[in-house]
Amino acid sequence: MSSAPQFFKHGPGSLTRLLFFVLLSILLMVEDTRLNYFPEIRHTVAVVIYPLQRIAHVPTNVYNALTEFFSSFHLIKENDFLKQRHLIDRKQLIQWQALEAENSHLRQLLGAVQRIETQAIIAEIMYFPRDPFNHKATLNKGSQHGIQPGQIVVDDKGVIGQITQTYLWSSELTLITDNGHAVPTQTVRNGLRSIVTGTGKNGELDVRYLSINSNIKLKDLLVTSGIDGVYPPGLPVAEIIMIERNPANPFAKITSQPIAGVDQNRQVLILSFMPPALETPPETSAVETTKSP
Amino acid sequence: MSVNFPDPDALIPATGWFIFFSLVIALLLNLLPLQGIYLIARPDFVALTILYWSINQPQHLGISIAFLMGLFIDVSNASILGQHAMAYSIVAYIAFILHRRLRIFNPLQQVPQIVLILILMQVIILLTGVIAGADFPGWHFFLASVTGMLTWPIISFILGVLRNPKEDPNTI
Repeated sequence: MSSAPQFFKHGPGSLTRLLFFVLLSILLMVEDTRLNYFPEIRHTVAVVIYPLQRIAHVPTNVYNALTEFFSSFHLIKENDFLKQRHLIDRKQLIQWQALEAENSHLRQLLGAVQRIETQAIIAEIMYFPRDPFNHKATLNKGSQHGIQPGQIVVDDKGVIGQITQTYLWSSELTLITDNGHAVPTQTVRNGLRSIVTGTGKNGELDVRYLSINSNIKLKDLLVTSGIDGVYPPGLPVAEIIMIERNPANPFAKITSQPIAGVDQNRQVLILSFMPPALETPPETSAVETTKSP
Repeated sequence: MSVNFPDPDALIPATGWFIFFSLVIALLLNLLPLQGIYLIARPDFVALTILYWSINQPQHLGISIAFLMGLFIDVSNASILGQHAMAYSIVAYIAFILHRRLRIFNPLQQVPQIVLILILMQVIILLTGVIAGADFPGWHFFLASVTGMLTWPIISFILGVLRNPKEDPNTI
């Protein structure tokens, strides 16, 4: 339509524009899920949107401040309770310190790797995303506070999830209930190793790849094994709530329930856990070594 | 109907700033930290605002702005980058090609057509999510379309009243 007068020209037609943007979205989706060449796109948009997130969080802050103000009338009672609690905990802590000293001494004698101490940063969940596909949450601490992808997030009872994406002042937490998130675990009762994966449903985790004759019972507690070098060992993860041993399948269908309040808390702890560095194998054997287990 | 919606033809054309602020406020409402059933049942205010402006001021709000709002939602939602962007672009396009027909009706009569557009939008979001490897989240996912349908007349009314010029008592 080169003969059309200038007055009627409005740039490309709406269908052309739609096709362009749909194509751009598809490219972005492929880039985001498969390739991940440009993490900067996400980071830039996150910085733009950050002030809005803070403003949207103001009502919650006001509500929290109000409830804190009204609960301050019970402070004396709470203080008494906490003092008692502290005394009880104190006693356990002293025993624990003695045990820790003894443990590290025994480990030295055995020549085993020392247990690594973890440091924790308190963070607050800013909000949960809208669509029910992703079990994720946004935390109010980001790379400016020293948060790195891969760190573990716990509450007072057990593991909640793992940091998967960090922005400048906020970070993204993938919950253990997320479909596609796995935690290597051990049962407390007999040390049986297993892998706990999310199902995409609230309050339900799968325990995979355990054969039907494996020694696992209802109410068994699963804790992190620490074998992967990502999760610190010994954190409670889940409790077995259902076991289905069908002889037709090679594996038992085992369902468990997260110990931690995965979708209940506001305050969480981000652990910075530095796994013990693997000893570099000698030059000669390095050629033949394959992937580390 | 007892509710008097402002007549679209009598309204002054909205300025770019007004559209901008309405989109920012819709984004704020979408970002409110909610949990559980409130989160699932919350109407998608950004989609409704995009629909309103693409129907009533199609020359001001193009597909590009819808795409940009979708990107914001994607990042804040921690969903796949481009998921909502594509859905909002298609919504803006459908609203644009239907805007002459939709403007014949008042906002209450527009509801049946709006709910179809909203459901189509959620189906697009659902399909892209499922293709990327998510499970079907259950039928309550579509609750947002129902609440969006109920919110539509309210949003149309509020935005219409805000756009309506104050009548000057001194004029004849």
